[in-house]
Amino acid sequence: MRVVFKLFASLADYLPAERRGNLVEIDVAPTTTVGDLIVRYRVPEKSAHLVLVNGHYIPPAARAARVLQDDDEVAIWPPIAGG
Amino acid sequence: MGWNRKVLRVNLTEGTCTDEPLNMQWADEYLGSRGLATKYLVAEIDPKVDPLSPENKLIMSTGPLTGTLASTGGRYTVVTKGPLTGAIACSNSGGFFGAEMKFAGWDMIIFEGRSPKPVYLYVENDKAQLIDASDLWGKSCWETEEAIKHHHQDPLVRVSSIGLAGENQVLFACIVNDLHRAAGRSGVGAVMGSKNLKAVALRGTQGVSGIKDMKAFMKITAEKKKVLADNAVTGQGLPKFGTQVLMNVINEMGALPTRNHKDVQFEDAGKISAEAMHEKRPTDGKTHLVTNAACFGCTIACGRISEIDKGHFTVVNNPKYWGASGGLEYEAAWALGAANGVGDLEALQYANLLCNEQGMDPISFGATIGAVMELYEMGVLTKEQIGIEAEFGSAEALARLTEMTARGEGFGKEIGQGSRRLCTKYGHPELSMTVKGQEFPAYDARGIQGMGLTYATSNRGACHLRSYTVASEVLGIPVKTDPLTTEGKPELVKAFQDATAVFDAAGICVFTSFAWTLADVQPQIEAACEGDWSMDKLNAMGERIWNMERLFNNAAGLTRKDDDLPPRLKTEAAKVGPAKGLVSGIDKMLPEYYSIRGWTEEGVPTEATLARLGL
Repeated sequence: MRVVFKLFASLADYLPAERRGNLVEIDVAPTTTVGDLIVRYRVPEKSAHLVLVNGHYIPPAARAARVLQDDDEVAIWPPIAGG
Repeated sequence: MGWNRKVLRVNLTEGTCTDEPLNMQWADEYLGSRGLATKYLVAEIDPKVDPLSPENKLIMSTGPLTGTLASTGGRYTVVTKGPLTGAIACSNSGGFFGAEMKFAGWDMIIFEGRSPKPVYLYVENDKAQLIDASDLWGKSCWETEEAIKHHHQDPLVRVSSIGLAGENQVLFACIVNDLHRAAGRSGVGAVMGSKNLKAVALRGTQGVSGIKDMKAFMKITAEKKKVLADNAVTGQGLPKFGTQVLMNVINEMGALPTRNHKDVQFEDAGKISAEAMHEKRPTDGKTHLVTNAACFGCTIACGRISEIDKGHFTVVNNPKYWGASGGLEYEAAWALGAANGVGDLEALQYANLLCNEQGMDPISFGATIGAVMELYEMGVLTKEQIGIEAEFGSAEALARLTEMTARGEGFGKEIGQGSRRLCTKYGHPELSMTVKGQEFPAYDARGIQGMGLTYATSNRGACHLRSYTVASEVLGIPVKTDPLTTEGKPELVKAFQDATAVFDAAGICVFTSFAWTLADVQPQIEAACEGDWSMDKLNAMGERIWNMERLFNNAAGLTRKDDDLPPRLKTEAAKVGPAKGLVSGIDKMLPEYYSIRGWTEEGVPTEATLARLGL
């Protein structure tokens, strides 16, 4: 199963070398969750502040249960803001 | 006491400068800056006045925390009747100008009338004088600041000025201070231009005196600075990545208005993002971003200082723009970029530099270009009319149209009237993405529902800074709410509107609210200012300020129909992303908002509401 994994701002350093900009396309097992990806890429839990799947917000308590689907796009930011 | 208790009144018609005591009863009810200056304005002008006539007044005002040790205490506000909107205009700027006004011994400067010839105001502590500015007329903000400092042989003079845009009364002209900070929105620079007032130059050496309890103030401001430093957003995220870090966030959420709001995602968002600012360019191996920067007293330092690619077509023959300068911030990058489909970061910075140099609001300007490009795409406007091919995505068109608008050349004169007037002239008022004539900022009201209500009800026309519900709907500050629903948004918008009015009135930056609540600001005001400054009093004051602005707008002739969004956002659903299939729920939210506000169904504050707020 193919998903797109994106890390932004200071989290970009956690992406593997084969990254293209802020994303990497990866193959994952069918039962992989959002929480699994965060662990796999060693993104510190407190830094995985804003987590979106296909643009939808995934609250911290739901990340371990949110199973990824084919072509899902996971995007994560540390605490940031703008105006 | 926080205030200097002194107002400088400048009659430009008579050429006089007089001082008068600050109305301390009003200070007790409206605190300062946005609140207090608006109180003065509504007391002194007819709401129906022509904004560009001598009868309009323009007020520059500090708050009691401006110039103090309170973090971000460098803000000042320009209040007037806005020419872009016909509504109250209230535009806030950082930099160092506001603090200098306090150091010179003043809380507020009120400009009235119209000078028979170009002048600038020079204030050195207690001394104030109008000086002939005939030789400055026609100069940019950057040239004006340099010339005034040279004339007075003082590099520490702080200057706010207008460029060609303000002189030409571009309806979204701003007032620029410290080279790249600006009272940016609603056309306050056009009002200044209409008064033949080129600049205000301040030099103060008196510091800020009269803090009620200096020991308590030092202690509490230090504590609250630590709150900002320890917060991951204000202590790390904003200084490192600035506001532009939102570009990818809002794009992923399908709420990035693109090509005049036809789309909600921009395929080149990554190219104009904060992350792109940190990447080395293939052309010269340098990053666009040089460093971050802070305004007076700020411990966040979100500002961006960048250096454009010297080989870029916009500047290759123009070394004036090669040095490090301000930008890009999120709003400017969006308005000059995604709103027009332009993904060329260097071109955006060039347009941004011109906006700073000649004093134009990049939000309204960029959004107006989006409307021009859509009219061009439709064939309503032609190359012959515009003077250039202006298809969506053209960096060349963006650059050229920026030059034309800044200099008041050709079709640039029409762009300078803003998108509502322009779209109406060419038979398509529905394509103007505005509320009350002011262009939207960078959040789509279909993907972030609370922002639709924010725009519709903003007293100064479409604006994100009057109730930044993005904090809650996107970032989870102070609590996460669902951006796709309308439920609870009227309460949320009202709460943000009232609290923001207090932050603004205090003289601090609203960005502190990513870490502070009003409960963090209250003890700082309490330590600085005479009187009782309880939370209840501040909450009531925020609501009072909001209603006062609303009353002015109603008296100026604005009605419920002006609290509406363009039809595109109510009838054309988002095509992609989480908001796919959604339109704005403004028609559902607005009546509930009026009810919560204590207003009639027509949006008029009831007698009971006015009595409760002491209005």
